[in-house]
Amino acid sequence: MNPAVVQLAYLFSCILFIAGFMQLSRPKTAKRGNLLGASGMLLAIVVTLLDKQIVSFEIILVGLLVGTALGIFTALTTPMTAMPQMVGLLNGFGGAASALVAGAALFEILSLGNPLTLQFRIATAASSLIGTLTLFGSLVAAGKLQGLIKESPIRYKGEQCIKLLVLFVCLFLGSMLTTRPDTLWAYWALLGVSALLGVLLTAPIGGADMPVVICLMNSYSGLAGAATGFVLSNTALIIAGSLVGASGIILTQIMCKAMNRSLANVLLGGFGELKEDTALAGTIYAGRVKSTDPEEVAMLLEAASRVVLAPGYGLAVAQAQYAVRDLYNYLTSLGVEVDFAIHPVAGRMPGHMSVLLAEVDIPYEKLKEIDEINPEFEQVDVAIVVGANDVVNPLANTDPNSPIAGMPILEVYKAKTVVVIKRSLSPGFAGVPNPLFAYDNTLMLFADAKQALQAVLASLKELKA
Amino acid sequence: MDVFIGLLTIFVLAMFVGFEVITKIPPILHTPLMSGSNAISGITIIGAILSAGTKLTMLTTVLSFLAVVLAMANVVGGFLITHRMLRMFRTKGRA
Repeated sequence: MNPAVVQLAYLFSCILFIAGFMQLSRPKTAKRGNLLGASGMLLAIVVTLLDKQIVSFEIILVGLLVGTALGIFTALTTPMTAMPQMVGLLNGFGGAASALVAGAALFEILSLGNPLTLQFRIATAASSLIGTLTLFGSLVAAGKLQGLIKESPIRYKGEQCIKLLVLFVCLFLGSMLTTRPDTLWAYWALLGVSALLGVLLTAPIGGADMPVVICLMNSYSGLAGAATGFVLSNTALIIAGSLVGASGIILTQIMCKAMNRSLANVLLGGFGELKEDTALAGTIYAGRVKSTDPEEVAMLLEAASRVVLAPGYGLAVAQAQYAVRDLYNYLTSLGVEVDFAIHPVAGRMPGHMSVLLAEVDIPYEKLKEIDEINPEFEQVDVAIVVGANDVVNPLANTDPNSPIAGMPILEVYKAKTVVVIKRSLSPGFAGVPNPLFAYDNTLMLFADAKQALQAVLASLKELKA
Repeated sequence: MDVFIGLLTIFVLAMFVGFEVITKIPPILHTPLMSGSNAISGITIIGAILSAGTKLTMLTTVLSFLAVVLAMANVVGGFLITHRMLRMFRTKGRA
């Protein structure tokens, strides 16, 4: 096919990608947006298959079939609760593919004896580094989310020095590859050391900081693609790659802002390895924590006209989304106004809570963002916190020395009554005690989230019967 | 060098387009955004196809075959999972 036609088709693909992203800005049109993106990809693949550079199709077809089968299998069998690790893993695949393509291009040119341009060499080094780092970083993140690797931060003495050292080795090998094209060993060494860097960067990061890691890996998978675009001088790769890179960077920023921490602070750690300040917890909680039972909560709900649920990662762990849905449906049928307060970092990836609640058919108008719901808490009769802790901790507003100082929180404490469903008084990820639990208007329901919600619903039905 | 400057221009401008477009996406759609953009990063598939089709040496063929598999899994899995998620987002009227 005429190269100009191919280029125009690629341009059209990129337009479809951008239009797809634009449609993704509203729940109503989002599905169409995704389909636009997919058709852009299909167009790009078909046009590429018509390229006259291709002499044999067997390998391609087998690869496409295996990949498609793998993709369909994972996409259809993954439960919604496992979405964070799934997205993480797919990021890794994209990054790895980009690194492999760059490597294949390098060996191709060498075997043909063609000269390597500087652009080609720098881009190959960049793509190999970023792509491999993405793969191994994502594998560690997905392993942690799946519970295959210890989720708590893995820290050791001299950690920062070692990471820095490995980064320098990566950059050194990259520059070897760039300046001395005959140093092929540098390519393989670069892959190995980048893999090590990916592991070292993610291992020290704890569970609740995973949203940031996943966003960052998302961004890297795009940037690796863009780097491969420079390797092949292919505009479609550059445009699509940089769109994804930009998307990941924005999400990373949003996540960091929602925790009032810098990216460096998240990446270099400092959170999660803190031991709970038991003395402080003692003085905060001493004699002030009131425990409750499902019957009392049911009575509160019966008298309420406005209820807000604030879900956190505990909801996903307890698989309590169906119990939440049943309670929501029943309360709504009684004429109670029920909303959900969604904190941006609740869960293990951006938007995690929205997906879980959408799975059980909660209408998306009921999911309120932090700025929308906070001014309304004063009119709320009962706020129910399900498996969330740090994101509702008033210390963020009141104690400037707290590790979570300045983090925007859901101001559930303003509600007339707060019910916290939690197994114990143990601290959240930030390791700080939560004075909310000792507030006068707070009742603690110590139980598993799913069982507690089911018990509350059963009592409520009894009251109404 | 001219080619490089042209590509660099495209790269920088596309980043800006990305920033503009993505900023408008609301938090409730952030997970589908991630998995959808993830699928788009599988665009590296076209590089993998070209490379796998030339069948130059054993090494390049193996590398590019793996790349085709991974990138295609990324593309198909990403778009499909996004579709699955978005299908669940419902408004009050049609629950």
